[in-house]
Amino acid sequence: MLTDERRPAPAAIPPPAEAVRRRRRPWPTVALFLSPALFLFGLLVLTPIVVAAYASFFNWNGFGAPSNFVGLDNFRRLLTDEIFVGDLRRTLLLITLSLGIQIPISLALAMLLNEPLRGRRVYRMLFFAPYVLSEVVTAVLFTMVFSPNQGLIAGTWLADTDTVMYALFFVISWKYFGFHTILYLAGRQSIPPELHDAAAMDGAGPWQAFRHITLPLLGPTIRISVFLSVLGTIQLFDMVWVLTGGGPIRSSETLAVTMFQEGFKRYHVGYASAISMVIFLISVTFGLLYQRFVLRRDLEGAVTTMGDQR
Amino acid sequence: MTRTRSAALHTTSLVVGAAVVVPIVFGILGGFKDNGQLFTNPFGLPDPWLPGNYLDALRSTAFWQQAANSVVIAVASTALVVGVGAMAAFIFARFAFPGREFLFTLFAIGLMFPFAVAILPLFVLLRGMNLLGNPLGVILPQVAFGLPITIVILRSFFRTIPAEVEESAVLDGCGPFRFFWRILLPMARPALGTVSVLAVVGSWNNYLLPLIVFNDSRWWTLPLGVQQFQSQYSADTARILAYVTLAMLPSLICYALAERQLIGGLTSGLGKG
Repeated sequence: MLTDERRPAPAAIPPPAEAVRRRRRPWPTVALFLSPALFLFGLLVLTPIVVAAYASFFNWNGFGAPSNFVGLDNFRRLLTDEIFVGDLRRTLLLITLSLGIQIPISLALAMLLNEPLRGRRVYRMLFFAPYVLSEVVTAVLFTMVFSPNQGLIAGTWLADTDTVMYALFFVISWKYFGFHTILYLAGRQSIPPELHDAAAMDGAGPWQAFRHITLPLLGPTIRISVFLSVLGTIQLFDMVWVLTGGGPIRSSETLAVTMFQEGFKRYHVGYASAISMVIFLISVTFGLLYQRFVLRRDLEGAVTTMGDQR
Repeated sequence: MTRTRSAALHTTSLVVGAAVVVPIVFGILGGFKDNGQLFTNPFGLPDPWLPGNYLDALRSTAFWQQAANSVVIAVASTALVVGVGAMAAFIFARFAFPGREFLFTLFAIGLMFPFAVAILPLFVLLRGMNLLGNPLGVILPQVAFGLPITIVILRSFFRTIPAEVEESAVLDGCGPFRFFWRILLPMARPALGTVSVLAVVGSWNNYLLPLIVFNDSRWWTLPLGVQQFQSQYSADTARILAYVTLAMLPSLICYALAERQLIGGLTSGLGKG
């Protein structure tokens, strides 16, 4: 989505007249090349989402066809479900912490790695390393790190309802900060050095240069990094499921964890489908609005810049 | 750069670097300790070094089976998603036909569809198709959900290949199949590398899908195996640390060997374009 819009409109489309003439009948080729992708995507992505939407209007245990139509009851129940409302609150908390702490730290570290520091290649490599580990491996490792008696950070961080979300946030940040740092570093390195040279000649200090040159020019990277961070948090599952199982006493459940509990552990498939639809609607609404109102400027600007370079 | 500033930068980097390394080293060293040592000495070097937990894991068939399953599923998923995705991207990039933009938008919006949303109906569907317990039950959905990013990245790359290349191929009597196979794909190697990295890492780390598809341990992948191992030996921290360390190693070794390619693959298509 983002990648593509940044490219200039290519000369390859529409195809040259000669090729078009030769492709008098493109349909057999189009059908042949496109059908595997359409088949798989339609069957295993679109159909399940449509089925989830349909099932969310039923009281259904997942066996046989749904028959007990209950209208919007599942959604009404969600509004009074403490766990579900808590899911929303916890998602919001994690988003706030990510944007307020993790993103600024990642940005600061990228600025640091941009300095002519000895060994910065090693640091760069280290910071990104957790990102290549799976969420499950990370979660199991940190279950041990937080293990009350034998762990590295002794205490009851994961077992206390007051601290579990912060412990979770710590582990999420441990895994993902390097990814954002690398994005920012790439963004920072694409700023032409002349701009900072000129600012220095005009007597701007490091903070002024950062505030008035680096930060505005990093705008597109920041907006994409925020986008990925928010979308990832809305859909969070693996890490929570393995690290806390949603506990203690369901105090660290996320939307996807509650959906999984209801659907696969209690066979409330209709109710769980309603939660799926909420995750879906939040993701897509956020995604589309964000692209429409926040990313649009970047995409337009990027096209002209890229166009000039070519 | 002043001396104090440089010192501050070094200190910060060291502290953050340590925060990354310490949990991993804790895991590696912890695997060489017993639980008594972990209790009295969680930080330091093992004394004595006890390789038993590592050897047990390495001698167990379960670990190797899980590693092999992860490899098979990752390779099959990647080959399929790149193959099927490249064919679709070729059409979207170089053919004009009514409905093209609509179909492409459908795939592009698919980028925002979370796996979690589809998992329940997917389970019902796979059960109906008798694919539970079958590796295809993981491979095919992974391919389907991997198609959007693969198609978006490959299409934009295919569009940058000059029309002249295609024209001269057509003049030489090259049909669409030959052009795709002999000219387009070889030219697109870097982009194919990028989407392959994304597919391999995505499959290697996938947990939710194998979790619902594989009841029987025959096809468990490493993430599933690690998590099951943890619940099985929940009191034996040292044993779990050895197992989780071994499960980390393939990713870390690949990363050490191909750092540039991995970073490039995992961040392109998301941020840098």
